[in-house]
Amino acid sequence: MKNGPVIDVHNVHKSFGENHVLRDFSMTLAPGENLAILGKSGSGKSVLIKCIVRLIPFDHGTIEVLGEDVNVLDLDALDVLRARVGFLFQSNALYDSMTVRENLEFSLRRHWNADQRKKGAEAVVLEALTDVGLPHTVNMMPVELSGGMRKRIALARTLILRPSIILYDEPTTGLDPITSREISHLIVNVQQKYNTASVIISHDINCINITSNRVVILIDGTGYANDTYANLRNSNDPRIKDFFD
Amino acid sequence: MAQDRTYTKFLNELGDTTRFTLRFFRELFKRNQELEEFFRQCYWIGYKSLPLVGITALIMGLVLTIQSRPTLVEFGAQSLLPAMVSVSLVREISPVITALICAGKIGSGIGAELGSMRVTEQIDAMDVSGTNPFKYLVVTRVLATTIMLPVLSNLSNAIGLYGAYLGVNIRGTVSWHLYWTQVFNALSFGDVIPSLIKTFFFGFAIGIIGCYKGYHSSKGTEGVGRSANSAVVVASLLVFIIDLIAVQVTDLLGLT
Ligand SMILES: Nc1ncnc2c1ncn2[C@@H]1O[C@H](COP(=O)(O)OP(=O)(O)OP(=O)(O)O)[C@@H](O)[C@H]1O
Ligand SMILES: [Mg+2]
Repeated sequence: MKNGPVIDVHNVHKSFGENHVLRDFSMTLAPGENLAILGKSGSGKSVLIKCIVRLIPFDHGTIEVLGEDVNVLDLDALDVLRARVGFLFQSNALYDSMTVRENLEFSLRRHWNADQRKKGAEAVVLEALTDVGLPHTVNMMPVELSGGMRKRIALARTLILRPSIILYDEPTTGLDPITSREISHLIVNVQQKYNTASVIISHDINCINITSNRVVILIDGTGYANDTYANLRNSNDPRIKDFFD
Repeated sequence: MAQDRTYTKFLNELGDTTRFTLRFFRELFKRNQELEEFFRQCYWIGYKSLPLVGITALIMGLVLTIQSRPTLVEFGAQSLLPAMVSVSLVREISPVITALICAGKIGSGIGAELGSMRVTEQIDAMDVSGTNPFKYLVVTRVLATTIMLPVLSNLSNAIGLYGAYLGVNIRGTVSWHLYWTQVFNALSFGDVIPSLIKTFFFGFAIGIIGCYKGYHSSKGTEGVGRSANSAVVVASLLVFIIDLIAVQVTDLLGLT
């Protein structure tokens, strides 16, 4: 498993009634890789990564995460696996009745490793907040934060469990260009510091340029193209060019 | 045709609720109890509803006494007033009114809270961080309502009986001591225990319905409103159904 892919999505099909969102979609993610998934709004990008952590069931196909088939795990085993996969929601999904500290501590209640236990929750929380550059917000409520800050806190909440994989659902959407760039660099820094593999869903070309090693373009529920950013940028295919203009 | 669909929807809903309830019992006995959240919920559920429950109980006791007096006077039986009022308060009025108030206040609160957490993907976020939101959100709340409703109902009994004492003394005088002697002579364990037991079921129904509706809220603000609303409607209805079953059971056991 050491050198095999950390995520292996094979011929996954997902439909909502008549709406076939994913049609035999396949992709793999190698250890330490930053894979960007590019696609129009409504093309099923969010559905895809929700399938990866089994938030929504899919119709057929297989998904293996860190060597385990997500469909055959029981709930407890799934929880253990999920703790190793970070998920950054498009809407951030911060727990709005809790302070930033409680938001971060929340996932620690079940899954923290011996090293973290030794350091204590407070130090672990502060370390995660420092990673995203917001240690001073520890006592604030989510409503008191700006959109960009919320995104960073959500990232800190994901980082606190030291995941091996992070799934980012449109990390820069709705942010101004400068903040978007900061978030993109933050993603790269995190990836280098903790040596995680990431899937970055986006339609922000700049973000993809900064963060990705490889890009998969999702059109009509299948992987239409799979190449590096530079190669796709120079492609003559009109359906690919659309994304870069 | 349209009716068919309504039946199907109803049966689906019933099946889902049953599955949800079974899951509650499965999760209840799993490791990692969320004690802190449970006590927090107990505190909120008891504390938030106490003023309303108290005021209603006082008024119910008072009004029931004032309205029963003329009939009893007609039969020359006004000395039975404390006995009659206390039995009806403890057996029926207090538990049911408390449960209805809680269905309105707690049921809608839980429905709206969990509903908005569902809609803003906070429950999904707990799910993907591997923290079992069912245990944290649902089990704690259902346990809290199940345990707090009997407590509230007993407080409501006490306050209602005090209200009745005031009612008795508006016309005519019965001493404090005599009043309570009459009340306790009238009440037997056969009155108190069944009524206590049914409040556990009321509490459980309110908690489970509120959580179910919130947890399965559909997307959007409208979905949250609908969860809160139907939590109240279904929970209130269930309170009456449980009451009906409880009265049959006590009857069969000869506790009347
Ligand atoms: N819970 C659901 N029930 C029914 N249909 C859904 C559901 N979730 C998503 N869909 C449908 O799946 C399709 C893909 O949705 P998805 O959220 O994955 O889009 P997306 O690629 O993430 O778009 P965006 O960039 O706007 O976030 C849409 O057509 C949507 O209508
Ligand atoms: Mg999306």
